[in-house]
Amino acid sequence: MALQAHRKPPRVGDGPLFRRILITLVLITGALLIVAPLAVIGVQAFSLGTRHFAETIAHPDTRHAIMLTVLTALIAVPLNTAFGVAAAWAITKYDFWGRRLLLIVIEIPFSVSPIVAGVAYLFVYGLQGLFGPALQDAGIRVMFALPGIVLASMFVTAPFVARELIPLMQAQGRDQEEAATSLGASGWRTFFTVTVPNIRWALLYGVVLCNARVMGEFGAVSIVSGNIRGQTNTLPLHIELLYHDYNTVGAFAAASILAVLAVVTIIVKVWLERQGAGRRSRPALVAPGNAVAEKAS
Amino acid sequence: MKIVLDQVEKTFDSFRAVHGVSLEIGSGELVALLGPSGSGKTTILRMVAGLEYTDGGQIFFGDQDATDIPVRDRGVGFVFQHYALFPHMTVAENIGFGMKVSKVRRSKAEIATRVRELLSLVQLEGLGDRFPLQISGGQRQRVALARALAVDPKVLLLDEPFGALDANVRRDLRRWLREIHDELGITTLFVTHDQEEALDLADRVVILDKGRIVQEGTPQEVCRAPGSAFVMRFLGDANRFDADVKQGEAELAGLRLPAPGVPDGKAQVFVRPADLDWAQQGEGLPARILRVIDRPEKRRILALTERDETVELDVDVDTVVSPKEQGFLRIRRASVFAA
Repeated sequence: MALQAHRKPPRVGDGPLFRRILITLVLITGALLIVAPLAVIGVQAFSLGTRHFAETIAHPDTRHAIMLTVLTALIAVPLNTAFGVAAAWAITKYDFWGRRLLLIVIEIPFSVSPIVAGVAYLFVYGLQGLFGPALQDAGIRVMFALPGIVLASMFVTAPFVARELIPLMQAQGRDQEEAATSLGASGWRTFFTVTVPNIRWALLYGVVLCNARVMGEFGAVSIVSGNIRGQTNTLPLHIELLYHDYNTVGAFAAASILAVLAVVTIIVKVWLERQGAGRRSRPALVAPGNAVAEKAS
Repeated sequence: MKIVLDQVEKTFDSFRAVHGVSLEIGSGELVALLGPSGSGKTTILRMVAGLEYTDGGQIFFGDQDATDIPVRDRGVGFVFQHYALFPHMTVAENIGFGMKVSKVRRSKAEIATRVRELLSLVQLEGLGDRFPLQISGGQRQRVALARALAVDPKVLLLDEPFGALDANVRRDLRRWLREIHDELGITTLFVTHDQEEALDLADRVVILDKGRIVQEGTPQEVCRAPGSAFVMRFLGDANRFDADVKQGEAELAGLRLPAPGVPDGKAQVFVRPADLDWAQQGEGLPARILRVIDRPEKRRILALTERDETVELDVDVDTVVSPKEQGFLRIRRASVFAA
């Protein structure tokens, strides 16, 4: 009886042949679509030696592009984090007119092509646009400058933090905040001592995703930045420029920087997830004596 | 502290959850708000807490009008159905939270001492360093109670406090809550849909239906003299018979039952299963046994009368009866309400 059971697949849909085919297919697809191109970037970037690689990276235009990308992320990510938390809070903790509309509005950047967003910004803030002349009179330059790049990046990444938080905060409900308030805590105190600790992993995850997208955004930024070399060129735009200059190796070198930034982001994300998962499941497993250590970690 | 509700109202969107409820809870009293889901009991509790604003009427704490005092300053201890403990804080930190955020400054040592006192009050000594996920449901509920008591509330409010616990823990905890209440003498209002819980624990039971109070009184009063068919049925199993009332007497298949104050005409007679007797011969409503269900303390008989009414009655465990047996139902006690 036991032997017979052994030969049968342990579960429905778990036949050995099907399993092997499926796993092989997934591995091949993953290798061809994801791993191979990344590997090519690395190989090509160093194809003319490490010196050429270092020179490309050290080139003022490339350095400026890296700086601009990081600066954009440093501005756009915190702003979008604040927006995301505020939106998720409003949607999950309050009932108000337009709540559903807000939910849909937050989703729009996911479904709209970034190019469309870029063009739209051009029509609003550009010289021929809605606010363009007024802004020019005031001496504020939005298009083809940092503000435009930041705005376009923010548009594209607006949903990331909110999307991570909304399901979690919806599941958590209002009980804990109400409990804290009934115990005499102020709104801010409740937010920082009760709400934030509850959402911190989802929040960090959202921030990491948002950051990755801000750094990699091409379409919307390419429209609003004007693509001015050494001035309004972010790293993705710079890569394209180098490529069109037939500087393939340079393009790959710059791309490798972007890829490294992305890989670091993914590593941080995985690490955070582990932390989060550990945090959730650990208390059930620890012996009473370890509770203090758990708290300290 | 005495609590008075005067014509309190609440409407959600277009749904009227509470209709002009007036209620007085004496200082140190333990009162249950009992009702089916949607009866407005939790809404009333949340309005007393200040978690929900009233749309009309007033709420007094002692002589003070508390209607517009925000929850933060109202000085109530609220215990949530699902505890609402802070999962990232230890049991001790949870209990100390209210003291830590209070406008009244306390030293760390003071808070620690008070937390220890409360842990011992709720019989959780030594568990202060655990996290909420590391303790059982009953223990969590006790932590939630200790946390609410830590702020020295004027009134303790509990929303379905034992709803998420299994039957045995439930019974132990409610006897224990009664002891704590008697020890501290704090005015307590709790919400439940479980009539046994309300009758077991409360000094006074307030029964609600569709946002209105339908009856209030001591457990004895509401059990012995239910004021309406709803209360009769809500408080426990009840058999219903259709009858006609004439001059203060209900006539039911040849039987005459006293029905003082019930107007002439169609009426409903309610009889508890324990107030029915089974007899093989003699007088009564002729009936046939469908099933016999055995319980530790009684036998419950399901029977069908000749008038096609399904009836449940409880008899002694030693009674010898069997399905399909013919016999007679005798009514020992009944409540009659106009239909």
